[in-house]
Formats: sequence, structure tokens, C-alpha cells
Amino acid sequence: GNLSIILNYFFAGEIFELKAELNSDKKEKKKEAVKKVIASMTVGKDVSALFPDVVNCMQTDNLELKKLVYLYLMNYAKSQPDMAIMAVNTFVKDCEDPNPLIRALAVRTMGCIRVDKITEYLCEPLRKCLKDEDPYVRKTAAVCVAKLHDINAQLVEDQGFLDTLKDLISDSNPMVVANAVAALSEIAESHPNSNLLDLNPQTINKLLTALNECTEWGQIFILDCLANYTPRDDRESQSICERVTPRLSHANSAVVLSAVKVLMKFMEMLPKDLDYYGTLLKKLAPPLVTLLSAEPELQYVALRNINLIVQKRPEILKHEMKVFFVKYNDPIYVKLEKLDIMIRLASQANIAQVLAELKEYATEVDVDFVRKAVRAIGRCAIKVEQSAERCVSTLLDLIQTKVNYVVQEAIVVIKDIFRKYPNKYESVIATLCENLDSLDEPEARAAMIWIVGEYAERIDNADELLESFLEGFHDESTQVQLQLLTAIVKLFLKKPTETQELVQQVLSLATQDSDNPDLRDRGYIYWRLLSTDPVAAKEVVLAEKPLISEETDLIEPTLLDELICHIGSLASVYHKPPSAFVEGSRGVQHKRLPPRSGSPEGAHSGGAAIPEAVPAVIPSQGDLLGDLLNLDLGPPTTGVAPAPTSAMQMGAMDLLGGGLDSLVGGAALNCNCQTLGWYFLPHLQVWLLAMKAKGLEIAGTFSRRGGVIHMELSLTNKAMSVMTDFAIQFNRNSFGLAPAGPLQVLTPLSPNQTTEVSLPLSTVGPVMKMEPLNNLQVAVKNNIDVFYFSCLYPISILFVEDGKMERQVFLATWKDIPNENEAQFHIKDCHLNSDAASSKLQSSNIFTIAKRTVDNQDMLYQSIKLTNGIWVLAELRLQAGNSNYTVSGVLERERYRF
Amino acid sequence: MIGGLFIYNHKGEVLISRVYRDDIGRNAVDAFRVNVIHARQQVRSPVTNIARTSFFHVKRSNIWLAAVTKQNVNAAMVFEFLYKMCDVMTAYFGKISEENIKNNFVLIYELLDEILDFGYPQNSETGALKTFITQQGIKSQTKEEQSQITSQVTGQIGWRREGIKYRRNELFLDVLESVNLLMSPQGQVLSAHVSGRVVMKSYLSGMPECKFGMNDKIVIDKQGKGGTADDAGKSGKQSIAIDDCTFHQCVRLSKFDSERSISFIPPDGEYELMRYRTTKDIILPFRVIPLVREVGRTKLEVKVVIKSNFKPSLLAQKIEVRIPTPLNTSGVQVICMKGKAKYKASENAIVWKIKRMAGMKESQISAEIELLPTNDKKKWARPPISMNFEVPFAPSGLKVRYLKVFEPKLNYSDHDVIKWVRYIGRSGIYETRC
Repeated sequence: GNLSIILNYFFAGEIFELKAELNSDKKEKKKEAVKKVIASMTVGKDVSALFPDVVNCMQTDNLELKKLVYLYLMNYAKSQPDMAIMAVNTFVKDCEDPNPLIRALAVRTMGCIRVDKITEYLCEPLRKCLKDEDPYVRKTAAVCVAKLHDINAQLVEDQGFLDTLKDLISDSNPMVVANAVAALSEIAESHPNSNLLDLNPQTINKLLTALNECTEWGQIFILDCLANYTPRDDRESQSICERVTPRLSHANSAVVLSAVKVLMKFMEMLPKDLDYYGTLLKKLAPPLVTLLSAEPELQYVALRNINLIVQKRPEILKHEMKVFFVKYNDPIYVKLEKLDIMIRLASQANIAQVLAELKEYATEVDVDFVRKAVRAIGRCAIKVEQSAERCVSTLLDLIQTKVNYVVQEAIVVIKDIFRKYPNKYESVIATLCENLDSLDEPEARAAMIWIVGEYAERIDNADELLESFLEGFHDESTQVQLQLLTAIVKLFLKKPTETQELVQQVLSLATQDSDNPDLRDRGYIYWRLLSTDPVAAKEVVLAEKPLISEETDLIEPTLLDELICHIGSLASVYHKPPSAFVEGSRGVQHKRLPPRSGSPEGAHSGGAAIPEAVPAVIPSQGDLLGDLLNLDLGPPTTGVAPAPTSAMQMGAMDLLGGGLDSLVGGAALNCNCQTLGWYFLPHLQVWLLAMKAKGLEIAGTFSRRGGVIHMELSLTNKAMSVMTDFAIQFNRNSFGLAPAGPLQVLTPLSPNQTTEVSLPLSTVGPVMKMEPLNNLQVAVKNNIDVFYFSCLYPISILFVEDGKMERQVFLATWKDIPNENEAQFHIKDCHLNSDAASSKLQSSNIFTIAKRTVDNQDMLYQSIKLTNGIWVLAELRLQAGNSNYTVSGVLERERYRF
Repeated sequence: MIGGLFIYNHKGEVLISRVYRDDIGRNAVDAFRVNVIHARQQVRSPVTNIARTSFFHVKRSNIWLAAVTKQNVNAAMVFEFLYKMCDVMTAYFGKISEENIKNNFVLIYELLDEILDFGYPQNSETGALKTFITQQGIKSQTKEEQSQITSQVTGQIGWRREGIKYRRNELFLDVLESVNLLMSPQGQVLSAHVSGRVVMKSYLSGMPECKFGMNDKIVIDKQGKGGTADDAGKSGKQSIAIDDCTFHQCVRLSKFDSERSISFIPPDGEYELMRYRTTKDIILPFRVIPLVREVGRTKLEVKVVIKSNFKPSLLAQKIEVRIPTPLNTSGVQVICMKGKAKYKASENAIVWKIKRMAGMKESQISAEIELLPTNDKKKWARPPISMNFEVPFAPSGLKVRYLKVFEPKLNYSDHDVIKWVRYIGRSGIYETRC
């Protein structure tokens, strides 16, 4: 009210005074006035009214004053675009100044002014500055290109600045190189399709040279850029690693972490039996430990990253447990992270030490930390079987302290220990029961009730204990109510004579007085079970439970791999992919680890281009044809299909999904079975883990028989209750795969039961290009929830039976298809002769149209037709007496486009 | 990259605000104040995400420095930059305080403009910055001077300028170690390590090439192979195993990696040449033997013995033993053989100070602690007894073997340089549980 009017009045006076001072003739007074303006600006006062007066001070040879005016301009130009034009001439003039510091300052500031009209005038000066004789100006201009790109990307492309920027990677000055790399990396991130950062061995070599010479920050830019490169083979990978390892001794932790990122990523390509692989592993541990003596904030970043590293490669730090012991004065965020890592590193060898530490922590002050320490003791018991007994007795000691939250936390973990080691530690139940009254957290109450119900036959007054909870039934949380219901039913089944009344009471509370549908459903199920078939009820309710798994808190492997590619960055601190916290196009692209050496897809998988979706996906060269023909025919593994490649290892583009190699590999088997209507069925892969899907595990594979594609599913119920109401749906996908009918599962699926389902698929569903092309996203629903997973199907299921092309047509088409649609591959160590290969491939609808023999070389001409009408033509060349195949293939895409 | 950088006082008022990226609005300044500085709970993480904007912060005394971004930046780099920013400010105007920041805000903006471009850290070596960012306003420079500045800022030796001259070429080496210990009440070493730093003050003319040598086990063993078995045995005893070390950016890392030699052109003045860590054969200067007895519910008896464990001719200084007391302490009686001991109620501890103590001696303190009866079920956490001290040797056993200086262009040789070495061992976190 009044006060603000008065303040405004004073402020108006201040502005007036400043205006006069700015127009003063005296240089010093002018400068002081501009300083005052900046001070007001900093605290958030609006001094935009002074724009013309400040700009008038711009033409000065006093560098300090000039910088102040520029600072003002950067802040207000956007709100006063018309007046900002007044500054353009001075900028342009300053870009020609003989003093390189002024030239750089002008181009640096101009790039920060986001006004279209100014941007237009920036282009010419920027072009000159990018080729300036002074490296200081060039390094500033390099960053300016990124600024301009942020304002007007099209302009940067039209003006050819990107090419100039690329040229700067070969600059003689290391800092110019580093800034050019930083700018290019940033621009490339917002254009995932452009091949802007065209990393090849030559540029990599330039970067590695600059790495030795530039500032610590420049080293970070370069290392982060290197991490996006995928070496051609393990030798190149090793040679880059060798040149990066010296960085591990840098004083700057960010340099160290970025080097660790490059090494962790490239290591993926090195064969594990290589001596160098072991050397590298050993080299990684000391610098990681050293990071823990940095300032606490950096320690935190390091610990979050180490958490990922120990999950990916536990061997690196397995002997370094002690350095993660918590210090009394560590900030809480450091303590919590250290605790997490301690549990991950816990093993039989060090468990005694770990437990002694955890016990110590459980008496500390910070509640969160103490809780986590208690929980950690339980996790140790589950992880290291030999320590379970000691853990349990430690937990009992802690319960004796009677500290409320310690007791509750201990009871929750003891329940898990019972689940892991049944019939071993039940003697402690009496001690637990003593603490019943003090439990006020739902999780602890539920755990305690579960224990009472589960071991009702050993607890004399189990009925009394449970009855005491029943009094306040409606005030309990759902978790406790459900647990109480089950526990009392268990009790009844175990001691039917004394507890009839109790069970009736709880059933009526659950079904009649509650409006919670879950609770009512469960209540009715029990009621009906108990009233119709008590024997069945016993089988259901008292069924033997599956053991709980030891590692429930690991990061899911694909996410872990992605996060490893982001070591040092925010993503690694949040343990989330960048798309989870970054807006817009930046960072949305998922990064992947390079495939193991030996799989030639490596070169593609760095960051494949994703063209826009078209109605019918017409795969591009690299996508389909290249990989389709990349038949890794493999050595004949004594007629048995080779071990299944895990989905993880398969390169993004391996459309055959490890299918065709086994196709060809298992020759004998294949031929015999064909007459019996045998079809190729790759091994089942687990698509959905029970852990992730409330107990439902789905494994599956694909097949093609009788011209119909089938999805072969194996559903296992690993939960404790029955599953019903199954249904399935696909997301839109590259080839329009869709279920041809409903999912027919014999329900109910009871606990520990597995059922096999064969789901016929059609190819008339909605189409959308997927990445990788053969990716299929599936949703499965049951009575519990909806679950999502994705899987890869072998492309061979899409080869249709009428894929045999007329000879004449084949000849004409082969000639017509432009060369750029052609790709060539070599297959080594395949010991099949041409006829065997031909008949083998035919069983997968790859048809041989013609065979020629020239100079001892067998040439097979083959055709394939995909479900969406695309033809693929191939030439297979076999050198007699030589186990190597050469495949050339062409993709016919003109005729059937629709 | 870094989208903006803010500096606040303890009340959350903005002292400096510099925005580098368009995606950071003015509201970011307030978001950090409200959610972090004014937050009711203790800060649980140095990285905070508020409405898809990430804030990194560090605190120096009661000043908050916050870097803000909306991208997936290199988090380690942001913190390293914030620390560097603090170093640069300290080098320019001393302590980071509200008053100093307000008095130097123009300078700070100028620095922020130079060392962070579009959020990318640029050369931030104070040696280089001070040649062209001065508080006195820019001197008019000759063309030569200008190009010397720019080539230094962007050059391979960004940390040193050409043309430095001293009448007396002199250098000082300080080996500063902090020895860390966590011991069980029974005297078992739970963990111990030394983190050391070699700090160099160099006053050398020209562009001197330096080579630093120490009793690094790997180097000594390599040399020992050539000599007699006796030599190797002798030197082996004196050498130390270094777990890991890191170097100032002037050190040629690839050379260290391949030959394990430490060669560099040093910055002028004081800087940290290297950091290292050792865990083997550490000399623990003091042993603390605690004895705590609970006499009923209202009394504690504490006896602590400290033993010095180094050459009798050496003297430890600034010895302080801190014995924590329960929160419900009502009174304390202390008797100590040496030094002074006091119960400090505000710190919940008995602080026992001894000015000097020679090696191979021991001393003892006994205390009776009266407790108020409480209903609090929670047991006293018994924090560890901690110790502070300073000793005139390196607990890791590290010895400087040589520091050679070559300056081919000027007429002084290695022998003309006056060199000083000093060893100081300090307690880091030196704790004994009781």
C-alpha cells in the first residue's frame, strides 16, 4: 500500500538521478552510474527505462565500462528490441577492433542478445571471427555458433557455420578445438538425425591429441564427446582406452569421471580374456576411491556414479569396502549413499566387518539413516546366507533398545528373512510379539501380523494377538487390513476349533462393513472357499510360498546400461534417463553401450537415425537389408542350435534376432523335422520378470507355421494368489503385427503354475516405425494389473511363403534397383555347401531362384518377400573349399510402395 | 550446460545473478530461495530438482552459490566449476563474504563473463585471468601485450605467463598430510588412510621445466632392479606404496602414465602440485585408549589414555582430544595429567588440550559425568572420541627425493635454485569408538 508508493517514489527519483549521471561528461561518473544500474538490475529492480542512456555509454575505449554496458544490454535487449538496434553499429565496429580481447567480447555479447534484427547483423562478424588470426577470438566465436543455433538454427545451417565449426576441430589451438567440440556436441544433440559429429578415426585422433593439451574444462568436453563414439573393433577400442587412462590422474574429478565413462563404455567391446581388459579393471579402482576424498558435493556425485558402476561391474571395487564406511561427520546425503554401496559390495568375505559397521550406524541420530542401516542388516541376511544368523541376532539386539523406529524397521526386515529362510529363525517370534503394542507404522504392523498368521500354530495366543488388532479394524490402512484378513484365515485353517468366531468377525468386517473393493473381493473369495471346499482353501491359503529373491533393488539392466553411458552427468545422479527430466528434444535420445566385439552391427548402433514414420514402413538400407543379409551363419556347432543370444547382447539392428544363424546351424535337425511339419522355434526368452509384474512371468518367442505368425507365450504365476482375466494388446509397430484373436489362457492360473499359449498374429494392425525396426511393445492384463514389456521378433517370421520371384522378373528387378540400395556382407566359417544352404534357407521362405557356378564359385540368387510386400533380392557367393560366404543384397522398394 | 549462476546471502537475498541460457527465467532465482535456502528441513542433497530445473549448490561460510540448468549437464563439472569460482574470487578479494561480494560485484560479473561462456567453463586460472581482468580498470596495452594475453589464455601453458623474472630463484615444497583413522574400542584399526598434498610455491624465472621425485615404491623398485640386492632391500624399506595420485593440470599425465615421472612447467606462486592417498604402513602418531563405564543410570566414568608413537626427538603440537558427553549431562569433574581440560556444555563434549607432546610418551584424563535422569528410551549414541594434532613428519612415510629445475633459455641452473622442503602431518578424521 502506502509503503510501496513511497518506495516507488524514491525509486523514480533514483532513476532520474541515474539518468543525469549517465549523461555526465565525466568518464568516472558515467562508470559509477552504470555500476549503480547493474546493481539495481541484480536485485531485480526494473531499470529498463534507462536503456537509451546506457547504450549511449557503449562507445568508449574503456574496456571495463564497455563490459558493464554489454552486461546491461544482454539483460534488457529482449524487452526493448527496437532500441537494441542502436547498439548494432558499435558491435559490428568492435568486431573489427585491433584488440583481440575487444573483438572477442563483441562477438561473445552479440550472441547473447536474442533479438532477430541483431542476429541478422551477427552473421558477417561471426564469419570473420571464426577465421580470426587470434585463437582467443576463434574459441569465442566457436561457442557463439552454438548460441546463434539456439536462437535460429536454420540461419546457422544456411550460412554454412556448421562446416566452419567442423573445420575448427582441426585447429592448431587446443582450446579452439575443445570449444568447437562442445558447440558441435550441443547442436548435434538437438538434431539426433544429422550426422553432425561425424566421428571417424581421423577426428578421434585429433581429439585425443587435443586432450593432452587443453584446459581441464576442454578435456571434459572432449571426453564427453568421445564417449559418443563407437569404435570399429576391439583394437581401436583398446587404443583409445590406452590414451584416455592417463586422465584418471587428473586433479579435476569431472575429468576423472568423464574418463571413467569412456573406459566403462569402450571396455564393453574388449574380449574378457584379453590381458588388457584385466589391467584396465585394476586401473579403475584407485581413482574411484580417490574421488571420495573430494569435497562432499563431489563425493555425492561420485557415490551416485559408483553405485551404478558396482552394479555393472562389481569386480572393480569388491576389495574396497572399507572406503565406504561412514564417517561420523559426513553430510547425511553422503552417508545414505555410502550405505547403499556397502550393501551392494557385501559378500561372504567381508560380511563380519559390514555387520559391525551397520550395528554402529543403527545407534546414530539421523532417523532416515538409522532406518536404512537397520534395513541394510536385513538385506545382508538375505544376500549372504552364511551371515543370516548373525544378522538376526544383531536385529534382536536392536529390538532390545526399544527405540521405536528401530524396532519397527527391524520387524519389517525380519519378515523378509523368514520368507528367505523358512523354518529357521522362528524361535525369535516370542521376542517380536513383545513389541506388538509399540508398532504404529502400517508397514511394521502388516509385517507383524503376517508373521503371527504365518506361524499361528507356534504362537499360543495367536488368536488373542490378532483379535487385539481387530478392534480398530476400520482405522487401519488397507495394507494392514488385507494382511489381518489373510492372517486370521490362516489361523482358522490351522486351529479351526477355537477361532471360528474370529474368522466370521473378520469376514463380515471385510465384506459388509468395508467399501474398499480389494478388501471385499479378498474377503468374498476366502468366504466362498472356506464354505465350499475347506481342503482347497487350505491349498490356496497355506500354499508354500516362493522364496524371495535377494536383489530386489537393482536398477533394471537396460536402464543401467543407459545410465553407464551418462556417467558424470545429472542422469547418473538422479538414476533416471535424461528424458525423465529434460524438456524438448535434447537428451531424449537413448544411449546404448556398444555391443561386444565380433558383432559387426557395432558401427551402426551409436545413434541410428529415425526417419519419420511412413504409412507402410519401408526400411532404409542400413536398417533392413544390411542386417537381413548379415546372416551370421556361424560355425556348425555339431548340429545343435547355438546357445541363445540374450536380448541384451543383440545389436539394435540385428533383425534376425539370432534366429537365422541357428536356422542354418541346426541343419540336420531341421531337415528331418521338416516333413513332419516342424517349424523353427527359437528358445524362449524371458520378456517380463515376475519381480516387475506382481508375480506374472512371461517368456516367449515367435514362429511362423502354415503361413501364420504365432507368438508362443509361456505364462508363469509366481505370485501367491491365482490369476485370471488375461488379455493382450500390441502397440503400433513396424509391420503392423496384431493379435488375430483374444489371448486364450486356461484360467485360473494358480500359484507356481505355468501355461503355454500360442497366439496367432495378423499383419493388418496399425503401422509405426519402431526403433529397432523389429521391436514390439506389448501390454498384458490380468486381474491384478496391466503390465508392459517389449520384445524383438526375428524378421524371418515376416518372410511369406509366396516369396519366390519369377526368374525373368528377378533378373529385370536386380538390374533396375539402384546401386545405393545394395549392401554386401561376409560370413565366415560356414561349412555348408550351396545346396544344403539353399534348402535350409528355403525352410525359412528364403527362395533360391537360380544357381550359377563361375570360377569354382557357387552363386545363389535368392528372393524374399515380406508381409508388407517389400521384396529383398540376394546373391550368395560360396568359394568351394572355403568356408566363407559373401552375400550381396538389394532391396526392392519401388514397385510395391503404397 | 550451466544455464545461470546465482549468489545469495544467508537470508536468501540475491547478491549476484547471471543468466546464460534462455530457458532459465527470473523465477529460478526465487525457486531456489524458497525450496532450498528457506526450506524447513535440513538440506538432503546438494542437487535439487524443482519443476524440471536442476540446482547445484555449495556453501562458503554463509554465502550460497547456486548453478542452475535445465539440461543433462555434467554434474561433476558443475561442482568443480563452483569450487573453482570460489578459488578465483578468493584469489581476487579474499574471503567470500557478503560484504566482499557486494564491494566487488562488478569484478564478479566481469569474471563470470570471462570464465563461463554460454554456460561452458573457459580458462579459469587466476594467473592468466589477472593479466587482463584487474580491479584497477584496464591498462592500455600494446599490441604485443594483447596477443601475449590471448595466447596465454588459450595456450597449452595457460597457467603461466612468459617473461617472469626473479633476482633470486627459489622454491618451497610443503608436504601436507592428513592422517585419518577409525579405531574400534579394542584398538583394532577399522580403517586408516593418509591423504596428502604437495603444495609448491615457486618463484622461478622464465619457463622452467621441473621434475619432481619422491620415494614412490614403483619408481624405486624399478631402479632397484639395476643395483645390488642389498641396495634394493635398503631402498625398498624407505619407499612407500601410493594407492592413487592426482596432479595439477600442469603435470604431463601421459608421461606419468608411461614412465611414472612427474614433469611440468609450474604456475608462478603457490599451487597444489599433487594429491595422493596411501593406506599401507601408515605411522599412526597417536593411539587413544578409551574406557567408559556406566555407573547406574545417572553417572558415567570416563578414562582416556593417549600414547604418542613417533621418535622421542620430535614434538607434536596443537593436540586436542574431544570426548563426547550425553545430552543429559548435568555436571562433569575432570582430572588430567597434562594440558587443560574443560567440559563444554554447548558442544556436548569434554575438550582436552595439550600444547606440545614429545614422541613415545603417554598421558591420561579421567572424568566423572553426572547425568540427569530422563524418560527418554533412546540410548545415548556414544559418538566416537576424536583427536586433532599436528606433527612435523609425514605419517605416510613420503620423502621428497629431488626437484630438478631446467631453464635452458636463461642463465641459471638447477644448482642456483634455492629449495626448501617441509613436512606437516595433521589429523584428518581421527576417531576412536568408545
